[in-house]
Amino acid sequence: METLMAVTIGILFSIGVYLLLSRTLLRIILGTSVIAYGVNLLIITMGGLNKGGAPILGGEASSYVDPLPQALILTAIVINFAVTAFLLVLAYRTYLVTGTDNIDELRGIDDE
Amino acid sequence: MMNNIVILPLLIPLVAGLLMGIARGNIPLQRWLSVLSCLFAGAASLLLVKQVFEQGIQTLAMGGWPAPFGIVLVADMLSSLLLVTTSIVSLACLLFAFRTIGSEREQYYFYPLVQFLITGVNGSFLTGDLFNLYVCFEVMLVASYVLLTLGGTRSQLTEGIKYMVINVFASSLFLIAIGYLYAVVGTLNMAHLSIRIAEIGQTGFTTWVAVLLIMVFGLKAALFLHFWLPGSYSAPPAAIAAIFAALLTKVGIYAILRLFSLVFYHQLGITHGLLAVMAALTMIVGGIGAVAYWDIRKVLAYNVIIGVGFVVFGFSLFTPAALTGAIYYLIHDMLMKALLFLLGGCVIWITGSGKIREISGLISNHPLLGWLFFVTVLALTGIPPLSGFAGKYIIIRASLAGGTDQPGGYFLAAIGLLCSLMIMYSLLRIFLHSFWGENTLSLDMEKGSIRGLLSPCLLLMAVGVFYGVGAELVYPYIEQAAVSMLDPDLYIRAVLPEVI
Repeated sequence: METLMAVTIGILFSIGVYLLLSRTLLRIILGTSVIAYGVNLLIITMGGLNKGGAPILGGEASSYVDPLPQALILTAIVINFAVTAFLLVLAYRTYLVTGTDNIDELRGIDDE
Repeated sequence: MMNNIVILPLLIPLVAGLLMGIARGNIPLQRWLSVLSCLFAGAASLLLVKQVFEQGIQTLAMGGWPAPFGIVLVADMLSSLLLVTTSIVSLACLLFAFRTIGSEREQYYFYPLVQFLITGVNGSFLTGDLFNLYVCFEVMLVASYVLLTLGGTRSQLTEGIKYMVINVFASSLFLIAIGYLYAVVGTLNMAHLSIRIAEIGQTGFTTWVAVLLIMVFGLKAALFLHFWLPGSYSAPPAAIAAIFAALLTKVGIYAILRLFSLVFYHQLGITHGLLAVMAALTMIVGGIGAVAYWDIRKVLAYNVIIGVGFVVFGFSLFTPAALTGAIYYLIHDMLMKALLFLLGGCVIWITGSGKIREISGLISNHPLLGWLFFVTVLALTGIPPLSGFAGKYIIIRASLAGGTDQPGGYFLAAIGLLCSLMIMYSLLRIFLHSFWGENTLSLDMEKGSIRGLLSPCLLLMAVGVFYGVGAELVYPYIEQAAVSMLDPDLYIRAVLPEVI
């Protein structure tokens, strides 16, 4: 199971990095999201993939799952959701102001 | 020592920010709340400094859950001193913002956002839990994303996008490191991490995670991985840029200081060696950048990068003297970088341009501004008795203390001193071009009036001069911070008294 998870996480990361390196803003934002999913899967795998009762509420069970990685992922998902939403709005606003979504044409201010 | 005051620097800005969100239309009330929040948070932090100095490290277990299970807030000397500095700097930047930020930005939640940013910064300084550090970083970063793009000018939007994508990616790397660390040692409480890693030994995998964390905080602190900084720090208005320059990168430095003194201190050759190399490269690249540009905002932004390099250089030596110097210089850097950005902001406010070549002769109409700028340049260069001197002196002396056994120390000292020259050259060039020479701008042609803008600058300058001249008075506090950083047992015993 862990091997399968490792391969899945690896695929998610490669897709994410590929999207992140492309030139279109929307693809870059999708890339950060895909990487975030990979990270969430990684954290849940790192907590150990075992079967067991739910802690505290699960009643009598021979083993319990570790609740901490799930709490971490919940927090990470919420944060990532908010940041991605803001990033999408920002990208749309940038498109309206500059008229392009090509990151090459969004180079910084001309200094000299 | 359990102590409820520990949460106040986190709680006051948070509550103030929420209240301001309710009172959206009432700008005068928001201004008063901003000032009061900074004053109260500053008073609470000063009280913390006093208590930590007299009674040792103060902790607070959130919700009453004991340390390794719940989230714990820890105020040691390093955190408390940085909290005090944060309050002073944010107060000065807010006073500056009252006149310069414009009613447009005020209407769109500028003041609440600053309070949330301070919440995140103070939370990062106080937390004793690695995942909580990530959350506080995100609180700070989300506020900074909005502050950076508030106003929506072209350069703010294009720079904001890059800044956000870089930071989102760095945060993902941070989470990966947290996940790996949890898999290896099964805890995220920093004191507990320290115990467990000391028990199992810092193996290759743990060191690899430590290097990943250096990359993460290097991105956040602009330590060598600084390519995003010059653009994004020159896009927003002066008050916001000053808050960023004084606080954001410093939180990254704090995280490096905390983790690599408390948790990963077993493989100094790898982790601290890497930090030293990155610090040297940062100083060189920052120095070249500062000298290369003819735009005030860019020059100042590259000066931030040099400062980051110098603090980490002091830390990477990892001796008591060098740590004292690094902490002293870190606080100096926060105060003086805020002052420098505010003064640069004054120049741009008056002339409406950041190009050094287009400005000249400001000193005939604005002597106080000119001389304040000049004294700031001297302080940043490290001329005694101003505040830059003591930090640089202690760090350079500590790096030479290794003698010929550690030739790296000589290289670092040489680079550090050379960078001081570059700081002086790049900033004096601004002074000579914009303040001296023929006065081309009469008072009625100026774009904005600086009436009232110099009082926050004078406040920062007064604190800075006191910090430099009164170095003797401050020294015992800084020394205690350095001593407790080098002795992780003190921190562990305060957080987990029953484990040891």
